[in-house]
Amino acid sequence: MAENTIIVTTSGKKRTQVADVDRGMYDFRYEDADAEKLEAGLTPEIVREISERKGEPAWMLEHRLKSLEIYNSIEMSDWGPSIDGLDMDNIVTYVKPNTDQKSDWDSVPDNIKDTFDRLGIPEAERSYLAGVGAQYDSELVYHSMQESAAKMGIVYSGIEEALHGDYADLIQSKFMTLIPPTDHKFAALHGAVWSGGSFVYVPKGVRLDYPLQSYFRLNAKGAGQFEHTLIIVEDDADLHFIEGCSAPKYNVANLHAGAVELFVGKRAHLRYSTIENWSKNMYNLNTKRCRCDEEGQIEWISGSFGSHVGYLYPMSILAGRKAQASFTGITFAGSGQNLDTGCKVVLGAPETSASVETKGISKDGGIQTFRSSVVATPAAKGSRCSVSCQSLMLDDRSRSDTIPAMDIRCKNVDIGHEATIGRIGDDKVFYLMSRGIGEEEARTMIVNGFAEPISKELPLEYAVEMNNLIKLEMEGAIG
Amino acid sequence: MASSFLLSCRGLSAAADETPILHDVDLEVPAGEVHVLMGPNGAGKSTLGHVLMGDPAYSVTSGSVEFDGADITELSPDKRSRAGLFLSFQAPVEIPGVPLRSFLRAMVEGRGQKMKNKEFRKKIKELAQTLDMDPAYLDRELGVGFSGGEKKKVEMLQLLLLEPKLAILDETDSGLDVDALSVVSRGMELYREQCDGTLLIITHNTRILEHLNVDCVHVMVSGRLVAAGPSGLIDEIDAQGFERFELDNSAE
Repeated sequence: MAENTIIVTTSGKKRTQVADVDRGMYDFRYEDADAEKLEAGLTPEIVREISERKGEPAWMLEHRLKSLEIYNSIEMSDWGPSIDGLDMDNIVTYVKPNTDQKSDWDSVPDNIKDTFDRLGIPEAERSYLAGVGAQYDSELVYHSMQESAAKMGIVYSGIEEALHGDYADLIQSKFMTLIPPTDHKFAALHGAVWSGGSFVYVPKGVRLDYPLQSYFRLNAKGAGQFEHTLIIVEDDADLHFIEGCSAPKYNVANLHAGAVELFVGKRAHLRYSTIENWSKNMYNLNTKRCRCDEEGQIEWISGSFGSHVGYLYPMSILAGRKAQASFTGITFAGSGQNLDTGCKVVLGAPETSASVETKGISKDGGIQTFRSSVVATPAAKGSRCSVSCQSLMLDDRSRSDTIPAMDIRCKNVDIGHEATIGRIGDDKVFYLMSRGIGEEEARTMIVNGFAEPISKELPLEYAVEMNNLIKLEMEGAIG
Repeated sequence: MASSFLLSCRGLSAAADETPILHDVDLEVPAGEVHVLMGPNGAGKSTLGHVLMGDPAYSVTSGSVEFDGADITELSPDKRSRAGLFLSFQAPVEIPGVPLRSFLRAMVEGRGQKMKNKEFRKKIKELAQTLDMDPAYLDRELGVGFSGGEKKKVEMLQLLLLEPKLAILDETDSGLDVDALSVVSRGMELYREQCDGTLLIITHNTRILEHLNVDCVHVMVSGRLVAAGPSGLIDEIDAQGFERFELDNSAE
């Protein structure tokens, strides 16, 4: 029961915020809109069209329509980096599948092609990542992964197909319960227009000893702009799921509003690793949440590299006694990027514990903000949470901020926060250079060393890619 | 005309943040010799070591540095290193997350030396053992949690790995216990034996010089070289300190 209370509290809070919004202003804007704008706005017809094309169950269409109503009735958040570059009056251009945007390899920006080259991404995957491919070798890998998981009773499939399968009722009972459409404007948008994504179900007691990688599940429809990931790990089960990869994902439309909902059962364990590296025109407004039951454990490993603007705060709701969360994250903001990342933790039951360790890097005028929220509910007796964030600014033009929020409503909890913000010491650079190491490489070594606590948590091939990525980002950093 | 000295400074003056530290330094070190730079605290000895290595914290305001026949006054530290110059730091830095082994590897690769991984591992393991270092240190993060003595041993390990033409040892002996001191001495001797290395030793402590044939002693006071002489000068300084030179200097 306690867990439900939390969810209601979270969304309830948001409702209060909505109620506070000056409705008059909104209405004025609506009435003022001319016919053309109305057509460009998101309509029930468009949403019906999306649903119909997918042949969805009726409840999903209803969910979409309700989300649309919420979307149209709530205001944009007024905190965080500016998203003025998003044309919200023309939201349809982001949403409507196969509008007149036709992508081909030639239209993919050169810097992205160049990065593919230098990261050594195979030809087949490049076209997928660039959003222009359809068929590739990776599909084979996906299918074999799917088969071997299936032998253990694990379901790993596209979520759209799962809506028609044996787990349809389960999905209906969980879908957007952790991230209700009322949560924020883009959650509502997601609820209305979501498309594609993964569904994973791990039955009781089943422990998979290799990671499932959505990287290989490349046949998802679309390049994942509004994808929905739903993972259920039942009691005593164990899963490692890896989302994304470190090559830049290029979408013609530059809004990403995905959702990830994770359910971890009693004594179950889930490790969720991501490297997000959208191309640098992207507004990445992603929402991720996990609920852990008694003694359940969630481990987040999160790398944010790409995007023009990013808002990302994976949330752990520790709903059962002794549930545990750990969050390990790294964010690298370069020129033209404003990445606002961090995490949220709800200590919602007795003796829960959470630890957060993040690293932030800013360079070339990039802005990197660590934002966290730790809530200890009245039920959290004997819980503890430690938050540690370190930031490294590579030059005088860049910016790093730390905004930790704590809301403690319980005695006998132990909550700690520490933050450091620093620069690369010139003495360190000189030391390395005095050994014959070039300046760029010296700085890259120091940054890679700074990121090491995160990269060591990643599977080897991802750690290597992340180091390469840092190297790429560092190139040309020298005057 | 190129000088016959391995290192020569002519009229070298340098400043940190516009505060002059070194004044008109002339210093010549022929290949294969052992030179010692002594002087009271704050005389500018370490600054000279750093300026010779090209530390951007200091700016050369006049004069020049010639090394191995080329003017290196404007050269970046990495290029000086590749040209064969080495500075053992008085306070080696810590670089979290970078294993000592990777750092050593990057040093070797930065010189364009092709060394097979197996060969490289064997070599650094041997060097570590020579210097009484537990090879487990090679997998630790550079400098992090190392004692003063361990840091200095790591400096000597780099010296023996790189085999530079000239090594400037900046107070490598300071703050070491007897055992660590003997390891550092062994490192210096090995360096001399292995590659007939040239040394410029910055020190207060004459003990480390006992096993070396010192060719020349330079004395620095207030950023100036005020005296030079044969090794006998060391005993004189041991007995009388720097007072005489300080007086000389103020009388100028």
